[in-house]
Parts: sequence; C-alpha cells; structure tokens
Amino acid sequence: MSAVSLRGVTKRFGEVVAIDGIDLDIEEGEFFSMLGPSGSGKTTMLRMIAGFELPTSGTISLHGRDVSKLPPFDRDVNTVFQDYALFPHMSVAQNVGYGLRVRRVPKAERTRRVAEALASVRLNEFGARRPYQLSGGQRQRVALARALVNRPAVLLLDEPLGALDRKLREEMQVELKEIQQDVGITFIFVTHDQQEALTMSDRIAVFADGRIEQVGTPADIYERPVTPFVAGFVGTSNVLQPAVAKILVGRDEMCTIRPEHIRIVPTGTQPNDDEMQATATIRDVQYLGAFVRVRAEVAGGVSLIVDVPSTTSVSASIAPGEQCELVWRRDYVRVVEHFNSTDTGRTT
Amino acid sequence: MIGTGLRRRISRVLWRRPRLRLGLLLGGPLVWLLVAYIGSLIALLVTSLYHYQDDPTGLVQHLSTSPSATNYRRLLDQHVYRDVAFRTIGAALTVTVIDLLVALPVAFYIAKLAAPWLRRVLVVAVTMPLWAGYLVKGYAWRAILDPAGGVLHQVFGHSPGFGLSGTTLTLAYLWLPYMIIPIYAGLERLPNSLLEASTDLGAKAATTFARIVLPQLLPSIVAGSIFTFALTLGDFYMNQIVGGTTQFLGNVVYREFSANLPFAAAYATLPIVIMVAYLLGARSTGALEEL
Repeated sequence: MSAVSLRGVTKRFGEVVAIDGIDLDIEEGEFFSMLGPSGSGKTTMLRMIAGFELPTSGTISLHGRDVSKLPPFDRDVNTVFQDYALFPHMSVAQNVGYGLRVRRVPKAERTRRVAEALASVRLNEFGARRPYQLSGGQRQRVALARALVNRPAVLLLDEPLGALDRKLREEMQVELKEIQQDVGITFIFVTHDQQEALTMSDRIAVFADGRIEQVGTPADIYERPVTPFVAGFVGTSNVLQPAVAKILVGRDEMCTIRPEHIRIVPTGTQPNDDEMQATATIRDVQYLGAFVRVRAEVAGGVSLIVDVPSTTSVSASIAPGEQCELVWRRDYVRVVEHFNSTDTGRTT
Repeated sequence: MIGTGLRRRISRVLWRRPRLRLGLLLGGPLVWLLVAYIGSLIALLVTSLYHYQDDPTGLVQHLSTSPSATNYRRLLDQHVYRDVAFRTIGAALTVTVIDLLVALPVAFYIAKLAAPWLRRVLVVAVTMPLWAGYLVKGYAWRAILDPAGGVLHQVFGHSPGFGLSGTTLTLAYLWLPYMIIPIYAGLERLPNSLLEASTDLGAKAATTFARIVLPQLLPSIVAGSIFTFALTLGDFYMNQIVGGTTQFLGNVVYREFSANLPFAAAYATLPIVIMVAYLLGARSTGALEEL
C-alpha cells in the first residue's frame, strides 16, 4: 500500500487553479521530491497533504486511509517548514517535545525521546538553548528533530534548505538523506533546486502549472525527459523543434541533447560511426569555473549550448567568431516522447 | 568650484562638531520638556508637602510652607480616600479585562483572517472613534445608559444606569482601540507558520492559543493594558456624565483643587505611584519594548 495516494486532487483559489487534477502514489520509505518553479503548485500540494489546505476535489489517502477532510492534528504527518517555525519562547528541548506534550505523552518517555531526537540530529548539548541562539543549520536540525520525534508516517519538507548558504546546504543534503535512511520514514521534499532533487531523491515529480510533467528516478528525469519543460528545467538542455531536429539529427520529432554531450572539434575532423556532427560558428563564451559554456550557431540561425570542460586543450582556443565542428553521439539525442502530453502517471 | 559662502561655512562647522549638532536638534524640545513636564511634577510634589494650619485665633487657616507629611497622613488615615483609590484601581483593572476580552478575538480576526483590503478598512474603523470628541462619546453613552428610556433600557428592558458600572462600561468602550491596536500589531508579527506548526504537531485551537499565541502576545497585551489602565486611572470627567455619584481619584483631586490645594497635590501623587508600580511590573515582561 502506498504511503500517500493522490487521486484527482484539484485546488482552486477563486479563479486560480493551483493544482489541476493530480494522481500520484508515493511508496513507503521513499525519498520523494516535488520539483518545480515557484507557482507550479508543489508547495500547495504539500500543504494539502499536511492538511493546511483542503482540496477542492479529489482524495488524499495516507496508508489507504482517506484523510482529505481531516485537520492537520488528525493526520499522521509532520512538516518541516521553510522558515523552520521554531517557537521562540521555548527552549530547543521544549520545541522538540511540543508534539509529545500536546499529545500527553508521559514526562519520562518525553524526556527520553527528546534526547534521542536531539542526538539523531547531533544537537545533544543544545536542549537548553533558545532558537535565536542557534545558527541557521542548527535551527534546521531542530525543526527536523521536532517533526521526527513524533514518528510520523510521512515527513513533509517545504524547501527546508532554501535559507542556508551553499556549502551548508550541500552538507545538509547528505545529512538529510542519511537521517531518512536511518529512520526509514517516507520523506516528501519540496524544492525548486533541481540539483538538490537529483542528489537526494529516490523519485522526483516535476511540477509545472499545477500539473505533474513527469515522475521518475533522477536518472529518468535527467536522461529521459518526456516533455520539453522537464528537459529545460532539469539541467540545461538544447531543445530541438521538429524542423530543426530533421536537419541536425535526421528525425522529424522534438528532440533534446544535453550541452555536456556535445564536443567541439577543429574543422575538418571526421566523426566516428556512432557520431553526428554539424559545422558551427562560436557566438559567445562564458567561463563557469569547471567548464566553459559556449553558444555556437549552426545552420539556419539555430544556436546550441555546448559545455566544454575547462581542462581540455580545445577550451583555450575557443573564441567568438571561430568556425568549428560540433560532434555528438547519436544515442545522446533524446526524442521528447509526448511533448503535448498531460500524462501525469508514473513512469516505471 | 567649491563655494565659501556663509551657509557653507556654517555647515562645515556643524559637520565637524557633532555635539553642537545634537544640541541644536534637541535643545528646544528639551527646554520645553524640563519646564512643562518635570517642572510641573516638581511643583506638584513640593506643593503636596505644604499644609493649612489653624490660625491662633482659630477663625481662619493659613498656608504653611514648611514641609510636612500632614496631607499624606490624612489620605492614608481616612478610609474614604482609601476607598476611592481602591475603587479607581478596581475600575481600571475591570476596564482592562473587558477590553482584553473584546480585543483578542477582534485583533485576531483583523490580523489573521480578514482579507488584506478588509484588514485596512477594519484598522481604520477601529481607530476611527478616537477622532470623535471625548464629550460627544460621553453623552452618547448617557443616551445608551439612561435608565429611563435609554437604548439599553429600550432594547433589553434593563440598564446598569448611571454609576460605577456605567462609567466602567463607557471607559471600556473609550479605550478599546488602545488595546486592539497593540494586540493586532503583535499578532501581525506572529508568523502564521508558528500556528501551523503547532497544529501540525497535534495541538487543537485552544492549545495553540494557550501555548503559542498567548505567550508570544503577552508583551502586546501588557502594552495595551498600560493604556487602558493609565487612562482609566486618570479619568474623572466620565463620572460626571455617566457615573452618578461615583468618585475616582481624579474627582477627589478636582474637588480638593479649590478647597485644599496641598491635599489635592498629595492625592494626585497616588496615581503616579500606582502607574510607576504598574510600569515596573510591565517592564519585567518585556512589554515596554512594544511601545
């Protein structure tokens, strides 16, 4: 049985349709990400699972039990808020123990479980502190402990790493994933950061305009995007319209190719059998540290983005106005299967 | 080309001398404050130490300016003055509690539930009565409380009439905005996510209110209560409109002002002492930062 099942879930705010008929199953113990730009409906969906918003239509089930109309305090889920929402007038230990206290868990058990929860997020010594005495990363971990101490069936995380600086965010990504594996609770993680979603998730649902564009493993999403939106939002992609694809890759369908899958070689180089090539003029060059991002114009005024590792000898000789050959392997060209699809089912 | 005109020279001098700048900025208001406020307060305290003495002839009294505690002894010894003081404090506390009970749900609705446009309308609506005159509102309440055919009598067939209850109700009405506004401001600063987090962690509305909202709101409540308490403590005229024969501290001061000025002065220090005590208590809750 799925940890969370959504069937035809729709949410309207007046005229605005925030969530447009979503069907989705999230399995027990999964680290599941809802990825999408702001306004795509991912946070609204999370808030409906938590019970802060009620769906206009459709059903939400937790472990087979319909909770669509239940208030948050009757749902076996807990939330980690974007701003952490720690209670400023309580100590860290009181914050973590709040859920147990309002559910009248006996004092001795409460103390023990709070200590365990604080230990699991490596904040054993911080119980007596106030939230304002903690750093951003520590507050984040308190919020996590406060939710996990209740042993919810599902943990909801609303962009919990958004307020952290990059280095800390990367550390927390690893830590969060480890904690999830330790406790074995289903995590539903909302983020607009595709890198974060790819790094942490077992599966990802990509949201756009209140619908799910694609559901799949990080590899599915990155390597086999089924819509142009997914191809463009997750990583960078060259999306070739059918007319262009016909000339460049010989297929009369919408195709995508990743910038890192294209190489730049000197004019006159012969490609291998499994490769294709096109003559191009370099238009501009961006230095991005680990790689150089090149915009190269091929026939018909179409530009392709090419990422060249900074270390390769060729990157030194790339300059705007130069002629070159672009080379890519045939099997790196992806056909966008259903580019007008509204299919929101799972890809397995 | 940099000018050398007089104004520029003055500006340069001022720029080099921050103390002179500060003196020019605050000098005027400071003199005004010292003379008008501190000065009058000192005059009050000094006057309260004077007293009237019987002339050796026993026919007239004359004012003695040698300091004595005569007035203070009198206001402590005579139970009528104690009663008036306790009645006033009681009314101030009652007004504060009534305002708190009305203000909490109203402020919560405005800050957390009303749509943004309605919120602005309601904030204006709440403060609007402050623009109307004190006397106008007093006489309006006379029409409401009148035991012979007032609004309450007509609608409910009963009115508390003119007396302590009438004054208390009227003052609670008058000072309500001073309680709503700080509580509204406090609630607006309280992030919704805290309320959601509490619900999410299993608390029902009453628990969330008691454990999350109230502790966070305490400074705002105390700030509001300083207004309602102090304004009631200092009020005397509403008693003359709707109070019947009720006497507050202010009424005694008003009456003694012409009869026995030193005693009036001594009695007027009482609300000051009560307010200082109240503020010291309030400070310990952190409420003064809310002002």
